[in-house]
Amino acid sequence: MIGRRVKRSRKGGFELKIPAEERELLREVGPQLREVLVRRVDTSTPGEDPAIDRLFPVAYPDDEDRQTEYRLLVQDELLSSHLAALAVLEETADAERLEEEQLLAWMRALNDVRLVLGTRLEITEDREERPRDPRDPRTGAFAVYDYLTYLQGEIIEALSA
Amino acid sequence: MTAAPVEVKEPDIDEVVTPDRPWIVIVWNDPINLMTYVTFVFQKLFGYSLEKATKLMLDVHEKGKAVVSSGPREKAELDVFRLHEHGLWATMEHDS
Repeated sequence: MIGRRVKRSRKGGFELKIPAEERELLREVGPQLREVLVRRVDTSTPGEDPAIDRLFPVAYPDDEDRQTEYRLLVQDELLSSHLAALAVLEETADAERLEEEQLLAWMRALNDVRLVLGTRLEITEDREERPRDPRDPRTGAFAVYDYLTYLQGEIIEALSA
Repeated sequence: MTAAPVEVKEPDIDEVVTPDRPWIVIVWNDPINLMTYVTFVFQKLFGYSLEKATKLMLDVHEKGKAVVSSGPREKAELDVFRLHEHGLWATMEHDS
């Protein structure tokens, strides 16, 4: 029986009951996301990597000058924000209890990973698109994506309780 | 008879408020963000009730987009930034 992964604790904060193999996965996705984020600093050209574009979306689609201003203004802060959430996930991957701020960081970091994975997998709203052939090289990525979707759902439910 | 000198305060150019056409912040639908996540973010960032946040999220989901906030450019830009921090696809434009 699958137990709740995340629960609000009566003592304050949140309890995490995450099996070892899932924690291992959480430890692995961190560095992958970090690599994508850090590459943003070097690449900096919209259109080169849809996953990066998805994490740094356009604010002014109708105004190129304002968009350039916005990008220059926020790109460092946005990058720092994503990296900070990721750092919390990495530092607390084995934790059994989290404070609310830490759980919120998990929520954002895992969402970032889902955005990158989902963009790379060209996820649509149609759930039927999961590969039927287990030898399909995307099967693993889809499994990770679906697991993170489930875990993020648990986190939001716990935060909303 | 002399009058005491009267200090005349010149209007400070910075205090003259240039009327700014209001801006609206739009969140666009995407296939990755969870509905519960979007609702939660709207509540967290804007202080909306669960009901209002859910309605906005459903508008995004069903109509493809929704206006989630509005105001002067700086305020709208900050809202867009905070939405981007949370991985939502947000843009801003003049309210027509």
